[in-house]
Amino acid sequence: MRVLPFLLEIGTEEIPDRMLPEAVAQLRELFEKLLAENKLGGEVSLAEGTPRRLVLMAENIAARQPDSEDIIMGPPIAAGEAAVTGFAKRLGVDPSALERVQTPRGEYRAFRRRVRGRGAVEIFKEFLPGLILSISFPKTMYWTEKAGPRFVRPIRWIVALLGARIIPFEIAGVRSSNASSGHRQLGKAKVRVTIDTYLQALRDNFVLVSAQERRSRIKAGLEKAKPDLELLERLVYLTEYPTAVEGSFAPEFLALPEEVLITVMRRHQKYFSVLEPDGRLAPRFIMVMNTVEDPDGLVRRGNEHVLRARFNDARFFWEFDQRKKLAERVEDLKHVTFQAQLGSYFEKTSRMVELVRELGGSELAERAALLAKCDLTTEMVKEFTELQGVIGGLYAKSQGEPEAVWRAIYEHYQPVNIEDSIPSTLEGCLVSLADKLDTLRGCFAIGLVPSGSKDPFALRRAAQGAVKILVEGRLSLPVSRLIGPSEQLAEFFLDRVRYYFRDVRGFRYDEVNAVLASGWDDLPDVESRLLALQAVRPTENFEPLAASFKRIRNILKQAQFTGGVEIDGALFEEDAEQTLYEHYVAVRDAVQAGGMDYVRKLERIASLRPAVDQFFDKVLVNAPDEKVRFNRLALLHGLLSEFSTIADFSEIVTQ
Amino acid sequence: MAVRWDISRTMDSFQQILFKLKKYWADRGCVIQEPYDVEVGAGTMCPETFLRVLGPKPYRVAYVQPSRRPADGRYGENPNRLYKHWQLQVVLKPAPYDVMDQYLGSLKAIGIDLRKHDIRFEEDNWESPTLGAWGIGWQVMLDGLEVTQFTYFQQCGGIDLDVVPAELTYGLERLAAFLQSVESVYDIHWTPDVTYGDVRLEEERQFSIYSFETADVATIWQLFDLYENECRRLLASDHKRDVVLPAYDLVLKCSHLFNLLDSRGAISVTERVGVIGRVRRLAVGVAETWMQQFAEAQA
Repeated sequence: MRVLPFLLEIGTEEIPDRMLPEAVAQLRELFEKLLAENKLGGEVSLAEGTPRRLVLMAENIAARQPDSEDIIMGPPIAAGEAAVTGFAKRLGVDPSALERVQTPRGEYRAFRRRVRGRGAVEIFKEFLPGLILSISFPKTMYWTEKAGPRFVRPIRWIVALLGARIIPFEIAGVRSSNASSGHRQLGKAKVRVTIDTYLQALRDNFVLVSAQERRSRIKAGLEKAKPDLELLERLVYLTEYPTAVEGSFAPEFLALPEEVLITVMRRHQKYFSVLEPDGRLAPRFIMVMNTVEDPDGLVRRGNEHVLRARFNDARFFWEFDQRKKLAERVEDLKHVTFQAQLGSYFEKTSRMVELVRELGGSELAERAALLAKCDLTTEMVKEFTELQGVIGGLYAKSQGEPEAVWRAIYEHYQPVNIEDSIPSTLEGCLVSLADKLDTLRGCFAIGLVPSGSKDPFALRRAAQGAVKILVEGRLSLPVSRLIGPSEQLAEFFLDRVRYYFRDVRGFRYDEVNAVLASGWDDLPDVESRLLALQAVRPTENFEPLAASFKRIRNILKQAQFTGGVEIDGALFEEDAEQTLYEHYVAVRDAVQAGGMDYVRKLERIASLRPAVDQFFDKVLVNAPDEKVRFNRLALLHGLLSEFSTIADFSEIVTQ
Repeated sequence: MAVRWDISRTMDSFQQILFKLKKYWADRGCVIQEPYDVEVGAGTMCPETFLRVLGPKPYRVAYVQPSRRPADGRYGENPNRLYKHWQLQVVLKPAPYDVMDQYLGSLKAIGIDLRKHDIRFEEDNWESPTLGAWGIGWQVMLDGLEVTQFTYFQQCGGIDLDVVPAELTYGLERLAAFLQSVESVYDIHWTPDVTYGDVRLEEERQFSIYSFETADVATIWQLFDLYENECRRLLASDHKRDVVLPAYDLVLKCSHLFNLLDSRGAISVTERVGVIGRVRRLAVGVAETWMQQFAEAQA
C-alpha cells in the first residue's frame, strides 16, 4: 500500500494567543478522528500554532482507502423467481452472482459487492473544509458576509498537501494551494512549499513553527528576569520569531510601589521584571519582540518611551489619590454599586464590618473592613482594577494606618485562586471571609446562583476561598452560622468543601465522604479527622471493620431499626455478644474521656474488629425472640452511632 | 516654551503626518471627509461610520475626528491624557482581502520602516454599549505602543451587518509623539514652529475645569432630557425617515452629555446602566429607521 505524508496550514489574521494551544489540540484530535473514520491509517507528526497559522503534519497516510465488501440483502430463499431476478436486475448483476446468507430471521439471497476504497485526496477534499470550520473558539466572527463562514479570525490562505499533490478545496473564497506566507514584516508574502521544505522555508522567512523552539528562544533572554510562566506562554503564542531585548527605566520610578510597577510591566506591556541580586526590583525590564533584531535600538527606545509614559501616569494617579485619605472615602462608596439589588459598596462595607465583629474580630479588623473597599474610588484602581485591595493596603500604609489594618486590606482579596495563599494575618482572614460570605449570602438570597459554567459573580471562587481560609487559617468558626439559613447555599458550600479536600488536598473521595458524613460545621476539625482517617486506614483492622460497619448499617436499615432501645446485658445469649458489648463500652468510655487525638481514637475503634468479627461469626442478629433481636440491634446501633462521630466508616469503599 | 525643530532628523510635523495618511487612503479609494460638527467620543460615532456601515452598499471613507472624552481631561497636566484627542478614522466596506497589508502600508507611508520595528496585533474586541455596536479585532502595538484599533464590525445599532467593514482608528497624538520622539503630547510639533501645546493646551485646561468642576449638573440633565425627547419625537413621527440624520445628531448630543455627567460624578453606577440604555434605545431606533429607509429605496 502506498503511503504519503500530509500537510495542512490554515493561514489566518492574528489569532488571540490565549486561544491557540486549545485550537491546536482540537485540530489534532479532529484530524486523527478523520483518519480513523476513513481508515486512512497514518499518524500526526506535528501540530503547532503561531498567531498567523494552525499547522498539522502527518505521515504514512494511505493514498487510497482499503477496498471493502458490502453485503446487500435480497429476498428470502422462499421468495419466487420473479423477486430474485428483480433484485438482481436492480443491482445490475446476473442472478447467478447472488449467494445465500444465513440470518437470525432465516436464509436470504444476497449480493456481495466489492467497494473500491476512495482516494485520500478525494476524502480530504470533502472533509477538510468542515473540519477546519468545526474547530471551536470562545468567540468567532464572520468576515465576508452575514451568511458567510465563521472562524476565530479571517482565513487568508490554506496550504493542503498530500505527498506532492494539492488537496483542492475552498473556504470563504480562499483556494487551497502550496503557497504559505512568511513573517509579516520580514518574510515573503508568498512562500511556495512542499511537505519536505515547509519547516525550513518558513524558518527562512522568519517563522518558527515550533512553539517549543519559540519558547527556548525567549527563555534564552530571560536569565535575569523574574520567572513568569504565564507571561512566557502568552509571548510564545504572540510571536512568530521572538527575540528578547533588555530595556531600562529611570530609577526614580522605583519610588512607586513594586506592585504598581510590576502590574504596568506585566499586564499592560507584557514585559518581564528584572530583579537585583538581593531580590529587589531593578530599574530594567525584558521585552519580547516579534522580530529578529533591533540593530538601531529603535524597538528598545520605543518601548522605554511607552513605559515611561505609563509610569508617569501611575505616578500622577498616586499623587492625585493622596489628596483624599481612604478614611474620607467611605462616604463616596455610596456612589459605587455593588449589585443593583444588594446596594452600594457603602452598604456592603457596613455588612462586612458587622460580620467581622460577629466573627470575633478585633477593632483593627473592623477598621480594615471599613476601609477595605475605599480604594474602588481611587484613580489608581480605576486604571489598574486588578490591583484593588493591594492599592488600598498601600494607601492605608502610607496614610499611617497600623500594620494589622493595612495588611488586612492589602490581602483581603486573597486567595484569588486555589493556588494563592490565604491572608497572612487573622485580621486579613476575617475581612476576606466577611467579604466573601457577604457576597455569597447576598447573591443566593436574590437568586443569583451559579449554574453550569455561568458564574458571573465568581461565587465558586468566593466559596472556595472561604473554605481555604477556614481550613488553612485554622478558624473553627461554625460554618452553619457563617453561611446563614439558605439550604441551597449550604449545598453549594459543601460542594466546595468536598472539592477542596478531594481535588486540592488529594484525600480519597470515600474518606472525604466518610468524614463529611459525620459533620462539617468545623472545617479545621474536618481536616484533623481526615488526616487521622488517612493515617489509620492502612492499618490491619481498619478496612475489615469498615466493611462490618457497612454491614451493620444495612442490617439496621433492613430491620428499620432507629434506636430507642436500651441494651440489656441479661438478654445476651452468646459469649460473642457479651464480649462485643464489653469492648464496646470500654472503647466508648475511652474515646469519650478525651485526652486522645483522632488517630488514637480511631485506632481504639479499629481494635473492636476481632470482637465484631466474632459477633457476626457466632451470633444470628435475626433471633426469633423479638426481645433478643431488638437487644442485638440496639448493640449494633450503639456501635454505629457512637463510633461515627469522627467518620462514617460505612462510607469507606473496601476491597 | 522654546520650540526646537531638529532638522537633522527630518521628521514630519503633526500636520504632515495627517496629510500623508489622508493622501494614502485617498489613493485607495476613500472619500476624505472633514470632522463631524457635533461632539463625539470617537470617530466611530460619526454618521459616516455609524450609518454607512449599515446595509449592503460599499463605502470607503477616511476622516480626522477630534474626539471628546470629558473624564479623560487632565487640565493639560498629564503628558498623555486628553479631554479631546484626534483620531484618524478609516472605514473600508467591505473589508478588502489585504486590509492588513494596506494598513501596514499606511505606517510605511508615514516613514515607519517596518523591518526595524516590532509590530503586533493583540486581541482587543471593540464594543460600544451606547451604540449597540461591537466588533472583533486587535489593538495594533508598535514597539509596545498602541497606535491603532483595528476592528471588523459585526453589529451596529443592534443590527447584524450585511457586509463586514474594517475600521481602522489611529490615535494621532500617540503616533505623532512616537514618530517625533517627544515625551509629552504637548511637545508634538504641529508645524515646525508651533507645538500641539501652543494650539491646544488652553482648551484642555478650560474644558477640564468645565467637565470636572463647573458644568451645572441640573442643567446638563435638563439638556439631556430635552435632546432625548426631541430625538424620540422625531423617531415617533410620520416623517421619521426624512429626519433620521437630525435624529442621529440628537443621539450624539445625548451621548456627549452623558459623558459630561459621568465626569462630573453625577451618575452612580446603578444609574449608569439605565442611562446607557436610554442612549442605546435612541441609537437602535435611528439604525432601524435608517435600514427601513434603505429597504424602501431598494423596493
